[in-house]
Amino acid sequence: MADTGVAARIHGGLHLDEHKQESNATAIRTLGLPTRLVLPMHQHIGEPAEPLVRVGETVLKGQMIARASDYVSAPVHAPTSGRVTAIGEYPVPHPSGLHDLCIVLEPDGEDRWDTLPPGFPDWRSTDPAEMRERIRWAGIVGLGGAAFPTAVKVNTSGQRRIETLIINAAECEPYITCDDRLMREQAADIVDGIAILRHVLGAERCLIGIEDNKPEAAEALRAALGATVDAATDVVEVPTLYPSGGERQLIMLLTGREVPSHGLPAAVGVVCQNVATAAAVADAVLRGRPLIDRIVTVTGRGVVQPGNFRVRFGTPAPFVIDAAGGRSTDYHRLILGGPMMGFSLHDHQVPVTKASNCLLAPAADELPPSPTERPCIRCGECARVCPAQLLPQQLYWQARAQDFDKVQDYHLFDCIECGCCAYVCPAHIPLVHYYRFAKTAIWAHERDRDKSDLARRRHEARQARLERLEAERKARLRQKKEALEQQPSAAGKDPKRAAIEAAMQRVAAKKAAQLDAGQAPNDE
Amino acid sequence: MNALDVNSSSPHLSGPHSVTRVMGLVLVALLPGTLAMQWYFGWGVIINITLAVSSAVLAEAAVLALRGRPVSHTLIDLSAVVTGWLLALALPPLLPWWQTVLGSTFAIVVAKQLYGGIGFNPFNPAMAGYVLLLVSFPVTMTRWLPPDVISGAAPTLTESLHMIFSGMPPDGQTWDAISRATPLDLMRTELAQNRMISEIRASPLWGDYGGRGWEWVGNWFLLGGLFIIWRRVISWRIPVAMLGSLLLVAGLFWAIDPETHPFPAFHLFSGGAILGAFFIATDPVSAATTPRGQLVYGALVGVFVFVIRSWGGYPDAVAFSVLLMNMAAPTIDYYTQPRIFGQRGRDDA
Repeated sequence: MADTGVAARIHGGLHLDEHKQESNATAIRTLGLPTRLVLPMHQHIGEPAEPLVRVGETVLKGQMIARASDYVSAPVHAPTSGRVTAIGEYPVPHPSGLHDLCIVLEPDGEDRWDTLPPGFPDWRSTDPAEMRERIRWAGIVGLGGAAFPTAVKVNTSGQRRIETLIINAAECEPYITCDDRLMREQAADIVDGIAILRHVLGAERCLIGIEDNKPEAAEALRAALGATVDAATDVVEVPTLYPSGGERQLIMLLTGREVPSHGLPAAVGVVCQNVATAAAVADAVLRGRPLIDRIVTVTGRGVVQPGNFRVRFGTPAPFVIDAAGGRSTDYHRLILGGPMMGFSLHDHQVPVTKASNCLLAPAADELPPSPTERPCIRCGECARVCPAQLLPQQLYWQARAQDFDKVQDYHLFDCIECGCCAYVCPAHIPLVHYYRFAKTAIWAHERDRDKSDLARRRHEARQARLERLEAERKARLRQKKEALEQQPSAAGKDPKRAAIEAAMQRVAAKKAAQLDAGQAPNDE
Repeated sequence: MNALDVNSSSPHLSGPHSVTRVMGLVLVALLPGTLAMQWYFGWGVIINITLAVSSAVLAEAAVLALRGRPVSHTLIDLSAVVTGWLLALALPPLLPWWQTVLGSTFAIVVAKQLYGGIGFNPFNPAMAGYVLLLVSFPVTMTRWLPPDVISGAAPTLTESLHMIFSGMPPDGQTWDAISRATPLDLMRTELAQNRMISEIRASPLWGDYGGRGWEWVGNWFLLGGLFIIWRRVISWRIPVAMLGSLLLVAGLFWAIDPETHPFPAFHLFSGGAILGAFFIATDPVSAATTPRGQLVYGALVGVFVFVIRSWGGYPDAVAFSVLLMNMAAPTIDYYTQPRIFGQRGRDDA
């Protein structure tokens, strides 16, 4: 199990202050039950889940309370036993402070498990499709933060064969340590999950990519791997450089392969999964347990006791903050995610969801607002640090000018929003904000275009239909007219001659009759 | 875009960079060369800088106020100071004061603010100001001082102030007695009279490899240039491409006929080539920004410097070359976009 080295380097990137030690020194604490859990139906990428329960219904821990409504979707399970008290719109973690459909669950305090499906102790001989179904049933989504349904990601049928499973253990964003602690404490589960995922994917080997600032976690993984006979899985320590944990970046670092600009990792024979996702897969496949909680880092100088917590989904953020000793200052800003890619919460009452890897409560001077924006001086520092090798300042000019064709010429949609450009910008331009603005505008424009396309097609279809009907009507009229015109001519080309002939026939008939009468006048 | 959105938008961390720091580092990097110029050419250099910088700052403040823009917030970016300073370094040390003020004001008001201020000027403001003065006042603009090693002593502070503000030479002296052509100017006029390089080189204006005094000024600017490359204020590409192409083209012609084409190092160390390569052609706003684009841009500036110096109407050519290439920069950028991550062979397994 010799370590393989880093295969290639990535472009750009930043050396940031890590701020990991604030939260990674203590063991994961399991959080108790809040008075109510608010479970959003849309915690993942794809279609929202559909509630399977009604208000007033009693549910058991692990019971599926909302089902996947589509192929790209994920079910939601009750994180504890209790009663459904409401189903409605509640604030959800979203950059725009949206409200969305949630099931509200009032725990009964008994935390009673539902009957769970049996595990697959002999998973090595189980059909991968069956295990994919289990992963899908368990509601597992990418726990690195993107929350893409795992069952979809591991279904690679019809695609290129997957050679390499990559486990993303980089955790490159400052402050966040939930994966670090998970690896230190539950390495065996992760290693089990990796073996299962490899089997499901039919991948020959697995590379675990971990930044070299987590030696304890790397050691724990190596020890767990040593306890198994897995010789095809290697731990690869990559240099600490944000954003080495970006999917494409990590694949490049570990394999030297470049995922095509508009393609999936599968195009280079790779599937990438987060460590916590691997542990959740082991739970679902070996123990039949659905995904009902996750590890959340609570950190920042704004909380008294930063650390990592196992938190049930639906737990309100303030409950988690209280568990971390509460606020240490009067400054009440709360960021979901890390300082580079997370977003400020408008409403702090939002629940923890499958995508919530970190609650960052900074002190007032910890993440000061960026100085006032100045004009771009085109220094090019942004391009130097861009891990996607884009030209951020060109994107900025085009986004600012709202030239949405040009901005796409400069590959706007290859931007991973890592924030490196905005970090180094000497003019303090909120570059990522401009890119999000342009992306949103383009999506809206495409929706509008689709709508107007549809309207145009409908209009054209209607026009065509009306024209067709009109043409048919005209054709019928013409036929009628022709038929009318032809009727008299069908009676005889020369009406006079016909009348004469008829009269002559009548005369002839009369004469014949008279002749007959003459020959036999006595008959009369 | 409202403030709330920006505040909730990532990243929430910002780095230590700022425009003020960038410009401040450029000013620091200009110090050694500036002091060397003062050493060789006297107080006029410092007086010019004072005049040009203060009029640049005043002009910028005035236009910002007229445009209803935040004045002090913009002025602390130090870009007006850099523009004034760079312009002053390009001016003859005894230029009448009002010409310096005019050039500096033109640079800021017309070449910079009328286009929208910092970040929006298509041309390098300092060079636009320099060219305005060069074409408007060719006599005073070519009246350079000889380095003190030749004249014996550069004018004193009082003498310099007198000449600059009165526009007259000291009593009983003529401009011809005080001033001297620059080495580049000398080279051009002498070559035009069909003299051989070996004869021209006999003039005391020559040093070891460039103009006397000038070569040391160049060395000190080079030191400052290396400093800002090290501090990553500028990339190495433009200076290296510009000086490299200048050396290459000059070397080629020198190799063909060393009696009519000066030794390549002469081109580097006799005029504004070093200052231009590190401090003027690298002005990020008006230069090319893509990595390959910077190489093309720099190389073409170098070629134009040689072409204009050798066959053009003016002895030095950095300003014209930079302005010409400023026009080409957007096109160069467009055609030299780097390959983005993910555009390598679609199947490279």
